[in-house]
Amino acid sequence: MALHSRTTILSLPANATPAIEIVDLSLWYGKFQALHDVDLVIRSGIVTAMIGPSGCGKSTLLRSCNRINERLGYVTTTGTIKVLGHNIYDEEASRMQVRRQVGMVFQRPNPLPLSIRDNVLFGHRLHAVRRSSRADEEGMVEQALREVLLWDRVKDRLDRKATALSLEEQQKLCIARLLPTKPSVLLMDEPCSALDPEATSAVEDLIWDLRGNYSILIVTHNMAQARRASDECVFMLMGHVVEHTATERMFVAPKKQETSDYIEGRFG
Amino acid sequence: MAPSPLTGEPASAGQPPWAKALDHRDRGWWSDFAARTIVWLGGMSAILFIAAIFLFIATQGLEFMRHRLDIGAMLTGARWEPTVEPPVYGALPLIAGTAWITGVAMLIAIPLAFGAAIYIGEFARGKQREWLKIGIEMLAAIPSVVWGVIGLHVMKPIIQDVFGVQVGLNVLNAGIILGLMAAPIMATIAEDALKAVPDSYREAAEALGATRWQVVWKVVLPHARPGLSAAVLLGIGRAFGETIAVLMASGHRLMVPESIFDSAATLTATIAAELGEAAVGGDHYQMLFVLGLLLFVITFTINLLADWLVRGRRKSA
Repeated sequence: MALHSRTTILSLPANATPAIEIVDLSLWYGKFQALHDVDLVIRSGIVTAMIGPSGCGKSTLLRSCNRINERLGYVTTTGTIKVLGHNIYDEEASRMQVRRQVGMVFQRPNPLPLSIRDNVLFGHRLHAVRRSSRADEEGMVEQALREVLLWDRVKDRLDRKATALSLEEQQKLCIARLLPTKPSVLLMDEPCSALDPEATSAVEDLIWDLRGNYSILIVTHNMAQARRASDECVFMLMGHVVEHTATERMFVAPKKQETSDYIEGRFG
Repeated sequence: MAPSPLTGEPASAGQPPWAKALDHRDRGWWSDFAARTIVWLGGMSAILFIAAIFLFIATQGLEFMRHRLDIGAMLTGARWEPTVEPPVYGALPLIAGTAWITGVAMLIAIPLAFGAAIYIGEFARGKQREWLKIGIEMLAAIPSVVWGVIGLHVMKPIIQDVFGVQVGLNVLNAGIILGLMAAPIMATIAEDALKAVPDSYREAAEALGATRWQVVWKVVLPHARPGLSAAVLLGIGRAFGETIAVLMASGHRLMVPESIFDSAATLTATIAAELGEAAVGGDHYQMLFVLGLLLFVITFTINLLADWLVRGRRKSA
């Protein structure tokens, strides 16, 4: 179970390039402003959780980091988001390249209606100039599935439809299929909210294992989850970042009144 | 006995106090009953009419079909000469004409319809999308005789000029006209099939770095394939059954066509052109009903197949 405390602090140089650097980001859905001048630095190699009440803009902020927000035609964004030093809102930055660097896991597991193997290879095949050899592909599939601890469970049925897996397995597969394109950042939008407690704990453990190799930004409704499965925590309210600090500190000694009110359940 | 907590009346033995109220046939009950009966009749009428039409067609041609018709010879006979003595009823020219024209129609309709469906379903946004959908619906509502006139007076000279052929009313002309007629319906059905693909699939693929076109090609189209096949089948059914426009555009020549520049005749057009002149109950008259039966069976099979494709897929998904 995920009840054990995870207080290991990764020793990372503080001056490493941040995974994500958000400067003065504002975002409108039509006329409604969902984000107000957000400045935020997400350190690389750790798990950062974003918490806040519904509608506070945490999912919007997350979905700006791979520009998937732009699927909606009526979104306007100002400001910059740098991923590993490159502004992804530059005219030249290709959305497709950005999404290769920045993987995303959704609230409901959404494997494509293809085989398990084709799901894992989907992203890789999109970007590969030439189709890799079969042996290379098999190697990639095995490595990715091993990394999410799914290999032993599915290695004999790689040709089965991914949509037939259990929800937990589906969500792990959705993480696995991000890995072959070697992303640096993983965005997760409430990745456990559709899972039962046991699956939640399994996926949380997996996220914790992936940290270090990837910088992980995770949106969660579940404060206990933020507390046990993140290094740093961002509290948002009404489209503003209210507080951003180490997770232990936020839950023990928040600096802002709103943060402590929210954490203690006085609203939200 | 203790009074009921709801009504205050003493409950009668063995029956709860509200038992009577449940059995009460008030106005609401009767209006519900009437409405249910009316919609039931409406629903049943669909089956009833289909069965009645089938029986009508079958019985009109039955006597001739059973006693004086060699079905094998009819299907393969290359001469359709109902008015010479003795008459020859070889339906091959009509079957071949129908097949040729339908084939050409599909070559034109499938790319048009799928292109339109993909653009409207996956690329167009907002107002543009709405306008395009209205346009397609209006296109589908154009009466077929108008298409016939277009074939007769617009397509004919164009085909004669462009291809340098003598006869402008031919398989190509009828195929183009039929293709344009079938495309709007096919586009509508195909768009429904695309719409049925969950948006989470598109989002997942886009988040993995797919371009819009890659999303369409690798995710949406494969998943929508049964619905798209159904769209093609229904388009074929439409092309098969169309009569007046084909009669006007095809040249109505009762011979097996050898190229798309030959005039041709279809099953439907032949029935329409000859039934009025055939003596009621005579061999020719009955023979035309046999053709009708053949048409009925073909379109029925096509529709059933389309239905099965859509339904079967939904069950497995």
